[in-house]
Amino acid sequence: MSGYFSLSLKEALKAAKEDGATPVLTSVRERTAALNPKLNAFLRFDAQRSACEEGARGGLFGVPLAVKDNICIDGWETTCASKILQGHVPPYDATVVEKIKKAGGVIFAQANMDEFAFGSSSETSAYGPVRNPWDLERVPGGSSGGSAAAVAGDLAFAALGSDTGGSVRQPAAFCGVVGLKPTYGCVSRYGLIAFGSSFDQIGPITKTVEDAAILMNVLAGHDPKDSTSAKVPVPDYTKSLKRDVRGLKIGLPEEFFIEGLDPEIEKSVRAAADIYKKLGAEIRTVSLPHTQYSVAVYYIVAVAEASSNLGRYDGVRFGRRVPGGDLRDLYFQTRSEGFGAEAKRRILLGTFVLSAGYYDAYYRQGQKVRTLIRADFQKAFNEVDLILGPTTPTAAFKIGEKLTDPLAMYLSDIFTIPANLAGVPAISVPCGFTAGNLPIGLQLMGRPFEESALLQAAYALEQELQIYKKKPRL
Amino acid sequence: MTISEFETVIGLEVHCQLDTHSKLFCSCPTTFGAEANRNTCPVCLGWPGSLPVLNEQALRFAVKTGLALNCEIAERLKFDRKNYFYPDLPKAYQISQYDMPVNKNGFLMIEFRRPDGSFEEKRIGITRAHLEEDAGKLLHDGIKDGTLADYNRAGIPLLEIVSEPDLRSPEEAYAYLSALKAVLEYLEVSDCNMEEGSLRCDANVSIRPRGQEKFGTRTEIKNLNSFKAVQKAIEYEVKRQAQVVLAGERIVQETRLWNDDKGQTFVMRSKEEAHDYRYFPEPDLVPFTLSRQTVEEICQTLPELPAARAKRLIQDFGLSPYDAVVLVQEKKLAAYFETCVKEKISAKLASNWIQSELLALLNLKKIPIEESPVGPAALAGLVRLIENNTISGKIAKDVLPEMFETGKSAEAIVKEKGLVQLTDTKLIEKAVLKAIAANPKVVEDFKAGKQQAIGFLVGQVMKETKGKANPQLVNEILKKKLEVRCWKKKRSTPSKH
Repeated sequence: MSGYFSLSLKEALKAAKEDGATPVLTSVRERTAALNPKLNAFLRFDAQRSACEEGARGGLFGVPLAVKDNICIDGWETTCASKILQGHVPPYDATVVEKIKKAGGVIFAQANMDEFAFGSSSETSAYGPVRNPWDLERVPGGSSGGSAAAVAGDLAFAALGSDTGGSVRQPAAFCGVVGLKPTYGCVSRYGLIAFGSSFDQIGPITKTVEDAAILMNVLAGHDPKDSTSAKVPVPDYTKSLKRDVRGLKIGLPEEFFIEGLDPEIEKSVRAAADIYKKLGAEIRTVSLPHTQYSVAVYYIVAVAEASSNLGRYDGVRFGRRVPGGDLRDLYFQTRSEGFGAEAKRRILLGTFVLSAGYYDAYYRQGQKVRTLIRADFQKAFNEVDLILGPTTPTAAFKIGEKLTDPLAMYLSDIFTIPANLAGVPAISVPCGFTAGNLPIGLQLMGRPFEESALLQAAYALEQELQIYKKKPRL
Repeated sequence: MTISEFETVIGLEVHCQLDTHSKLFCSCPTTFGAEANRNTCPVCLGWPGSLPVLNEQALRFAVKTGLALNCEIAERLKFDRKNYFYPDLPKAYQISQYDMPVNKNGFLMIEFRRPDGSFEEKRIGITRAHLEEDAGKLLHDGIKDGTLADYNRAGIPLLEIVSEPDLRSPEEAYAYLSALKAVLEYLEVSDCNMEEGSLRCDANVSIRPRGQEKFGTRTEIKNLNSFKAVQKAIEYEVKRQAQVVLAGERIVQETRLWNDDKGQTFVMRSKEEAHDYRYFPEPDLVPFTLSRQTVEEICQTLPELPAARAKRLIQDFGLSPYDAVVLVQEKKLAAYFETCVKEKISAKLASNWIQSELLALLNLKKIPIEESPVGPAALAGLVRLIENNTISGKIAKDVLPEMFETGKSAEAIVKEKGLVQLTDTKLIEKAVLKAIAANPKVVEDFKAGKQQAIGFLVGQVMKETKGKANPQLVNEILKKKLEVRCWKKKRSTPSKH
């Protein structure tokens, strides 16, 4: 049987248990070999080799999974889709990779992405853009575009992405799959090549909400190797899924329904809110008054951290080196040739906002506003259990459409960035299609470490809409 | 105006390597001298994706030092990134503490001799003492093309101790470093080995006309590899600055490198070339609260510090302040002294013998005090023989090297070689009379009023007794005999007239 690839993660786990891991793996590998040239979702996948632990029989036994190319796998080239890390082979596993291997999962592919996760379209990859399975002329979103496209195109049962300003949720919305950004500190960042250290979170991109819960059971939990990981007990995320949403208070932030929001998306999201109402949830309007500053604050603080995080790519120790006349020249040549335009833009911005004389006006001020945004959420969560809104202002745009207009590109993360600034968990779940048959994502945000509530509410909507049954034609 | 009309202002930055088993942010060992890049891991090599985790022992050592230096200990702790590019810095930033150091506003009392010989105590302010990680080491020597990097040192915990500009002379700077080193050794937080780089010092030096309150423009001097180098470099720099000012020129704020061979400082970089380190809070380490209970617990572990020990030695043993300070400066030296005087011998005599003869021998052979072949009990044995007049100090000076070589006790050597002091007055008298009889000319000189002539006669007696005669007795008997002769002469002389 060759149709294993179209199964959900849950179904694939059952199949691997019953029919053995090999046919399941073979099915996905064949699918990948046939379709990846079309989608460019994976930078590397191997027909023979997998990163797995022999004999491991945990909750992910026998299922092939993909990880974004900024998550380190011991002995596998990991590049962040950048030329500067070409040939870079980490000598260790990221904590999440270690956990997946222990659970019996089979990592077989590394997903394409925006270079160093800098982007919202997966076009800034040094290895060519990823294409959206629903429309090959369109972007899959980013930066975890390869992960989302692979899951949407049945090239993997599930994939890991990373979310700094929406990089899991926005591509999930564009590709019609589920994307969860956990609470900051919920999943270990050890082995995730840093972009904005105080924002970055690894999250699952899956075909169904239940699949996300299954993966979260493996990924979540304190890691002594990551000082920012929280010592919070990890629940069984699959347990709460089937609870109904009666009495749940859901807030619609007025600042998320603004000019620039595609009417089709607004309509779809409001329709979803009505479904929740029908299911017995209480829908209210809430306010997140500092939302309008989110993008600006994000592009100060996150790029400041990024400029520092990317200093180590200097040609001395790892990745590419372009020889120069002297040390300065070596730095200059290596970084000039190794980084793409968007990486350079962010390094320059970040360096600028941290510079003597500008620090107070930009970085310090940015941190202050970040505190206000965090307070907005705390206040809102006194009134409601969840916050509901669109994941993106528009559906997937055309390849090349925004590449030359960084500001327009940055604004495609306007609804996802606030959750990263506040550190709260958020999920994007499909809620409909545009007239042009492009997926629309709905975003739910919750209180810190209440991923269970997010998954529960997302699951309820998913069961009503049954959108996951619809697949792109490839 | 002359050089002497300027006042010197010095502030010191000391980097002290904390003697923890593992590095500041990873579990790599800190052993010195390991094969290059052996003590490394993804964290201290800055591999993409790796994250730092704070070594709590390093923090405890930092707090312990802060308490000993009378600092305020921060309640809220955070780390910052100091960004700059250099191949010895794996992440292109150093994790340090910028605006919230773990320790601030402390002081250290120093003792030093002023040019007039008097002994002065002075309080030197400690601005801050903060935790940070060390960088790696670049090797250029003997390599044809390029440079090699050894990251064994990268990530080793350092405490940067910054003094106020309270030091006023190279001697005070030297005294401050000695006192600071003593404190660190007593705390057992650092081995303070300058050769291995576990103690490093930069000096900020400026001059101003005496009486002027405003500080002059300072220069920072780096590459100071010993306390002596610090003192010499400051002496040089003060003279250089004075000459610049006297020539009517301005001091330029800059970083200068000390060249120990040439005995000069050279420009390293000007203020304009200074880095913009773009400090910002380290997002990989969350700020945390240091509980007062923990600080109190650390406080309970503080040992007796050098200053307290010096006071005790003065009080209990009647040592001079100078002797006490010299003894306590080195923890093991003070311990040697205290073990020695447990044998109920003269503390002053013991202190003298340790500080002069014993240290001279140890320095000559480059043996540390704790490995001295003559242990404290053995030295006490020697001191006791001097104290009870069994041997003279002079003889003792020959006995000590013998003890050093053979490991035998002072008593055994004295017995073996028959060095017991001659206290038999009859025997000494015999030798005295012999000397007088053999040297009539000298005796005449003495009688003629040449007091120093007696020295020659004492020497003759000592020679006759092979140095064993008690010098005090020799003197007494000799004087007595000569006086008797004088008196006899005096009595008989008048009758001639």
